[in-house]
Amino acid sequence: MDTRIEVIDKRLKNIRKIIAISGGKGGIGKSSVSATLAASLAKKGHKVGLLDLDFSGPSTHIILGIRNYDFPKEDKGIIPSKYFGIKFMSIISFAGENPAPLRGIDISNAIIELLAITQWGSLDFLIIDMPPGIGDTTLDIIRTMKRVKFIMISTPSKLAFEIVKKSINLLLELKMPIIGIIENMKFSENSSIKIQVEKYQLPFLGEIYFDKNLENAIGNIDKLYKTEFAEDLEKIIPKIFD
Amino acid sequence: MHEWALADAVVTSALKVAEKENLKKITKIVIKIGELQTIDEEIFNFALKEVIQPQQEILGNADIEIETEKAILKCRVCKNEWLFENARKNLDEDETESIHFIPETAHIYLRCPKCKSPDFEIKIGRGIWLDAVEGER
Repeated sequence: MDTRIEVIDKRLKNIRKIIAISGGKGGIGKSSVSATLAASLAKKGHKVGLLDLDFSGPSTHIILGIRNYDFPKEDKGIIPSKYFGIKFMSIISFAGENPAPLRGIDISNAIIELLAITQWGSLDFLIIDMPPGIGDTTLDIIRTMKRVKFIMISTPSKLAFEIVKKSINLLLELKMPIIGIIENMKFSENSSIKIQVEKYQLPFLGEIYFDKNLENAIGNIDKLYKTEFAEDLEKIIPKIFD
Repeated sequence: MHEWALADAVVTSALKVAEKENLKKITKIVIKIGELQTIDEEIFNFALKEVIQPQQEILGNADIEIETEKAILKCRVCKNEWLFENARKNLDEDETESIHFIPETAHIYLRCPKCKSPDFEIKIGRGIWLDAVEGER
């Protein structure tokens, strides 16, 4: 009996809402949405955690400008360090900037270990930045985090949405709750993604227009708050509250 | 002392077994610890006693056996096998600490001693699990 799996519910019991930011492809803005959403919720006074589960390409720390990531403190487990009011946990605390060449079984074990030993305490929101696809990480959080709900990210690209559809179909098959879909990097008034989402009878949470100034705000949370990207995301936030 | 979280996981699991099997008392538990966890056994024992304390009625008299399983690593590229206890001698304090927290970070800091590949499997010796729970109904 793997004792770590048995204790994960207990570690998450004081978290009101667990939200995984997911989507099929890489480069569609999952990490930007995760990091900015966590920062915006924290700024509003909510107790927020941010868990970066993209072990191959962790990037939420870069977006938020977290530079001094030492080992987490230990007290009956590991305590996520707090940056900008966000309790933050990522592989970078253990791997630094080194590449993490992990195969599926190792990713599963690392996720389970992290969930079993992290003491999040009481949170309103735990935001999880997911890696692309429906592989090990998605299957592991479905298996171990019973209360997780998903927000799916797509871009206006048919290619992106076709891949996101695979994730949506899997989640629907497994009866996992989907809060809704965000269309990111929108550059025209074309509403084909919204129409397709409505065919699924899933909530279309809103659009985030392509913001050419977002790149300049990466690594500086004060600049990030002021981007059009953050403003568009702000309009979506009320829809993720039940 | 994240050993506490692991001790808590062991006791939570043992209590779940007791509930499922209708055990009134647990008389023995066998815990196996993979060497790759680099657990400090003294701290783990101390944490275990602390976690068991509120569960005296069911676990107070349990005989607790802890066994450590040596970690064996096997290269997927050249099939070489080696022992973690030999490889860890070359790790610095931070690298050892990382592996202590998340054993899979071994893939970041260790390489196959023969072909230098990071693509190796942890054949045995990772994780912490309940090998046996005995009790009275």
